[in-house]
Amino acid sequence: MSAEALIPQWQERVRNAQITGRPLRIRGGGTKDFYGERLEGEVFDVSAHAGIVDYDPTELVITARGGTRLAEIEATMQEAGQMLAFEPPLFGEAATLGGCVASGLSGPRRPYAGAVRDFVLGVRVLDGKGDDLHFGGRVMKNVAGFDVSRLMTGALGTLGVLLEVSLKCLPRPKAETTLVFEMSAPEAVRRINEWAGLPLPLSASSWHEERLHVRLSGAEAAVVAAKNKLGGQEIAGPEGETWWRDLREQRMAFFATASQLWRLSVKPTAPYADLGTFQMMEWGGALRWLNAASALDSETVREWAHDHGGHATLFRAASRHAGVFQPLQPALLDIHRRLKSTFDPAGILNRGRMYPEF
Amino acid sequence: MRSSTAPAGLDQLVADCQVQLPDLSLLVGTEEVKPYECDGLSCYRALPGAVLLPEDEAEAVAALRLCSAAGVPVVARGAGTGLSGGAMPLPEGVVLSMARLNRVLDIDPPSRTALVQPGVRNLAISEAVADAGLYYAPDPSSQIACTIGGNVAENSGGVHCLKYGLTVHNVLKVRTILIDGTVVDVGADAPDAAGYDLLALMIGSEGLLGVASEITVKLTPKPLAAQCAMAAFDDLGKAGAAVGGIIAAGIIPAGLEMMDKAATRAVEDFVHAGYNLDAEAILLVESDGTPEEVAEEMARIKAVLDTAGAVEVRISSNEAERLRFWAGRKAAFPAVGRISPDYYCIDGTIPRRALPRVLHSIEAMTVEFGLRCANVFHAGDGNLHPLILFDANIPGELERTEAFAARILELCIEVGGTITGEHGVGVEKINQMCMQFGTAELTRFLGIKAAFDPAGLLNPGKAIPTLHRCAEFGRMHVHSGQEKFPELPRF
Repeated sequence: MSAEALIPQWQERVRNAQITGRPLRIRGGGTKDFYGERLEGEVFDVSAHAGIVDYDPTELVITARGGTRLAEIEATMQEAGQMLAFEPPLFGEAATLGGCVASGLSGPRRPYAGAVRDFVLGVRVLDGKGDDLHFGGRVMKNVAGFDVSRLMTGALGTLGVLLEVSLKCLPRPKAETTLVFEMSAPEAVRRINEWAGLPLPLSASSWHEERLHVRLSGAEAAVVAAKNKLGGQEIAGPEGETWWRDLREQRMAFFATASQLWRLSVKPTAPYADLGTFQMMEWGGALRWLNAASALDSETVREWAHDHGGHATLFRAASRHAGVFQPLQPALLDIHRRLKSTFDPAGILNRGRMYPEF
Repeated sequence: MRSSTAPAGLDQLVADCQVQLPDLSLLVGTEEVKPYECDGLSCYRALPGAVLLPEDEAEAVAALRLCSAAGVPVVARGAGTGLSGGAMPLPEGVVLSMARLNRVLDIDPPSRTALVQPGVRNLAISEAVADAGLYYAPDPSSQIACTIGGNVAENSGGVHCLKYGLTVHNVLKVRTILIDGTVVDVGADAPDAAGYDLLALMIGSEGLLGVASEITVKLTPKPLAAQCAMAAFDDLGKAGAAVGGIIAAGIIPAGLEMMDKAATRAVEDFVHAGYNLDAEAILLVESDGTPEEVAEEMARIKAVLDTAGAVEVRISSNEAERLRFWAGRKAAFPAVGRISPDYYCIDGTIPRRALPRVLHSIEAMTVEFGLRCANVFHAGDGNLHPLILFDANIPGELERTEAFAARILELCIEVGGTITGEHGVGVEKINQMCMQFGTAELTRFLGIKAAFDPAGLLNPGKAIPTLHRCAEFGRMHVHSGQEKFPELPRF
């Protein structure tokens, strides 16, 4: 069956669910099942709606169906010398474009190139009313109507099934290298922010166990000049690439066998604080991972993140009863509820996946 | 004096303001409110019922509470430089001018952020942070005058946005006053915030969802060096192919602009930038970064331009020459203003590959409508600005111009583009929204509007058309292709 022929069937399915009120749980490759609050409802497998619809490298835009595997998209772009600059984590071969955009997760290059939402140009979405909707487009600049494409990004499928997504592509850098520095966490926070304020070709950074890793990407001459300026020990070639890939996919020992893995998104200059367990920093200091062998006090963690301009997410956990995402201010929660009912009045799509309230 | 036929809600509001907010600046006389009758799109005008000028967030909150209670519509306004009539007042409503909230509240060089009030001018941010070696990247052409609050409302871009992004990529947080006076933080000082991406909804919402009271912007390190290549082509198609060639070579230039012959000639007479007057198209390509990076990239850019068949390529040899190359492009609008009594600027975006087709169609339309047209093009991101030359004093020319403009926008949709790349919908393109979006999409937009502003008091009648309006427009469009009363303000 052609991908397009699936749409009327799915519309029917969603409309039936709307009538019966029985929730549907949207699933692409299932690699992000761990992420978010509860999984509720009958599995709605959308992986069959796959394939690249349009890709013209000189337009810097790729359009693909939601079920297209991310690995296929990245391989196709690599052949044309381009990349998804937000370096989304796959967490498994089966990862799809729809799941990537719905989860809104970005990788190491994010602070320097932008997040997934920064690259989303347009979406085609099947919402909770069973309507086939188009928002945004396949062009770089578009201010017609509210930015629903970005609203869908990171909405965890609670507003609709992503049928198609158009993303901005970027050329792969001509040169790339990794530098390693021995330093303490407070020193790393200070240095990495200082460097980010200079015109240097930074493209990733992380700190763990007294070591700061920095990646440089760009024109050959720029990378060489920056390397000479910064010093440190160089990890050249594929070894460096593997290191960042492992970080992006959370394959490092740090991420293993936790009772809780917390993701704290904060102001990059937030001081390093001992929050009672091991830490890994990314994104120029703006992303702090806490790996805890036993449950941390969620109030303390959330309060610290809030006090430093951000929020905390219980990213992976044996038990999610403490709540996954930072609670919303009442006025914002009201807006969330009303947005949910605009796109999914019966509350059937990924019910409770983001907040238990909707 | 205000008209005695003012709606009851407005009278109530003015009385409430006078009693409850005696310190709030309030303009009601016709002469006082006249400066607010239009924005940069001056063919759409209306006198507001009153103008409120809060000095701080508390006054703005109090004013919005009173408007909400009295059921009076509110049009928030920055510097009024917008080009789509988004800040055009409503006779039964008030203009909420945020211009007096014009302080830079905090500059934080280590985190590369600044906290500013909405009335701060775009360029003033870059000036305020220059000592730290930083700047605010989006640079709309009106950056000397336009405010950051207006930029947030319109998701403004600029000539460097292919590389550095639009407002939505450079704003971290918008402290927002909702219509009932509740203040919420949308976005965060962190890279992301919990919940839906409401920040993306707020940016470019044209004042329909909330009023910004504080904005946290991201700052960018100033590049050490910049160089500009100016290339002349004897054929538009070749120039278009050169643009594609640059991207295909893996280069994202800091700026990539194109002008056609009509625009080039108007500009050269005006600023003497040294453009080739025989060229069918001029390309400006800028590279910025470290000196090593710029040298490497410029060599590659020159090679692409030569291969694409440029008849002339000049690389700026110093800063003065680089600025002279740009002076022409930046003066394109006023230069066209010198050669024609009036001009009308269009703002469509198209996939770059459709450029030759679109430009040839526009050329054919100049014959059909009997009007001249000069084209400037943000070639890097496909944003086209045809400038239609007309004389409003000649009966029928404005109408022909509007019909010409509508046809260009239809063409943009047809080739897979959009009716507005950066100027917004406002009142100007509200009908074309009915062409770009179907009923289902428009219904969701109206739902989003209601999620923030259930009573529909913030900038009603702008940006998102009602289904009723689209039904009416659709019928008229089928019958005549023109509005019956184009001189009437469009709500």
